Amino acid sequence: MDGLLALYIFMLAAFTGYEIIAKVPVILHTPLMSGSNFIHGVVVVGAMIVLGMAETVLQQAIGFFAVALGAANAAGGYVVTERMLAMFKKKEGGQ
Amino acid sequence: MSAPFYVQGAWFVGALLFIFGLKGMSSPASARKGIVIAGYGMLLAIAATFLIPGLQNIGLIALALVLGGGGAWISAQKVKMTDMPQMVAIYNGMGGGAAAAIAAVEFAKGEMHGLVAATLATLGALIGAVSFTGSCVAWAKLQGVLKKAYRLPAQNAVNVLLAVVAIGLGLAVIVLAPQHPELVIAFFLVALVLGLIVTLPIGGADMPVVISLFNAFTGLAVGFEGYVLGNPALIIAGIVVGAAGTLLTQLMAKAMNRPISNILFTPLAASGPGEAISGTMKEVGPIDAAAMMRYASKVIIVPGYGMAVAHAQHKVWEMTSILEEAGVEVKFAIHPVAGRMPGHMNVLLAEAGVPYDKIFDLEEINGEFGQADVALIIGANDVVNPSARTDKTSPIYGMPILNADMAQNVIVIKRGKGTGYSGVENALFYTDNCRMLYGDAQPMAGEIIQQLKAMG
Repeated sequence: MDGLLALYIFMLAAFTGYEIIAKVPVILHTPLMSGSNFIHGVVVVGAMIVLGMAETVLQQAIGFFAVALGAANAAGGYVVTERMLAMFKKKEGGQ
Repeated sequence: MSAPFYVQGAWFVGALLFIFGLKGMSSPASARKGIVIAGYGMLLAIAATFLIPGLQNIGLIALALVLGGGGAWISAQKVKMTDMPQMVAIYNGMGGGAAAAIAAVEFAKGEMHGLVAATLATLGALIGAVSFTGSCVAWAKLQGVLKKAYRLPAQNAVNVLLAVVAIGLGLAVIVLAPQHPELVIAFFLVALVLGLIVTLPIGGADMPVVISLFNAFTGLAVGFEGYVLGNPALIIAGIVVGAAGTLLTQLMAKAMNRPISNILFTPLAASGPGEAISGTMKEVGPIDAAAMMRYASKVIIVPGYGMAVAHAQHKVWEMTSILEEAGVEVKFAIHPVAGRMPGHMNVLLAEAGVPYDKIFDLEEINGEFGQADVALIIGANDVVNPSARTDKTSPIYGMPILNADMAQNVIVIKRGKGTGYSGVENALFYTDNCRMLYGDAQPMAGEIIQQLKAMG
């Protein structure tokens, strides 16, 4: 990828992340940390590409490890966040 | 590696959904919708990746997805709400490990395209590996597998030395990698050890900030590896999390009045015990505690981690309901870092069914302690220690605390006479208007309920 173009993406993404979090009530800090933890689980896509291009057994082994870890990050992160946030919803509607 | 436009397009939409999802999660009303939106983004991105022409090892990929994803899905469903912080830590560590492993495969292939790619791959590997082992330590500490903080002699010097060695090896890897696989292995080993050594001496009270920091680290590592793979979705998601995570870490550290550099380099226990405290702790039984609250007009409950580990939140809510029926006004006061992470206590109380309008944060309720007849402190310690206000030599001096000591009477439910997570003695426990109710929060709350019922 064009280095300068990547730099622009880096910069804009950093601002986006900063802006999104800037005004957040304390009660959402934990769910939000958990939610952003889920989002970097997208690393599994990178791991899939790497394993998909792996040639030697060593590359396959590390790639397999990477996909399994990335998938655990994404799946676990999703479930944990969803469970936390589900309780906020129940309370707003219920009581 | 170039993916066809429809795969690129799907990744783009995925990245967009991540940002919308995160935005949704930043407000209580739309938070649940936010995570679901981000979830669709993830599914889309993963599904599209299978459509890359010439993708090999598809069986292996599917197997790894099922093993890793399925295992985490099931374990995350089972875990108790109290144990959520360490689960966030461990899944975050796995993400960091995945980013480091991606870099490892790229090194093994030996086809790094240019200096920038090699540098970012190495940097991502370093950060990812540190986040991996560091998060594992954080998990072990919060899970109670690792009970105490291990401190090396000259800890800070060792940290710096290891970091310098890791960076030096990283530079060597960038320049010499294809010809010297042993350098790559040494680099990864040192990076992994670095994460371990840096995290081991950090006390449990600081873990939320550390987990948040590692979360930001993993984001950055993912972003950097995204550049190496030429994948904008990884860059965007990674860097957004990196930036958001950094800010979140700062907000948490601010709530605890603990600069991040202090957490990493000067563990709390090492900074001295503070002034000696005079007086004695005075014990009280459940009957008296129940009577004090039953005939009070206003009670403020300060829940802490002790309530959470004892799973007493349901009993406490039952007790609250009985008191309210008897005409007592009851409020909950939540310190920003009550529990193990900011907001953790709100989640636990929400689970027990405590309505929102009874829960107040530090700024809202601190002025009300003066009018309260009883402040009931359940398994909280450092967050109500008045030394933070008065004793300049105390390691927790300056930390914002709940002014529970200003209530007419203070009842503390606590398992033993020990100090809090910071290792600092609590001056509150020795004051004249404070009574200690020793025991596990759940049976104690149960006994108070019995007594309250007996009083009618």
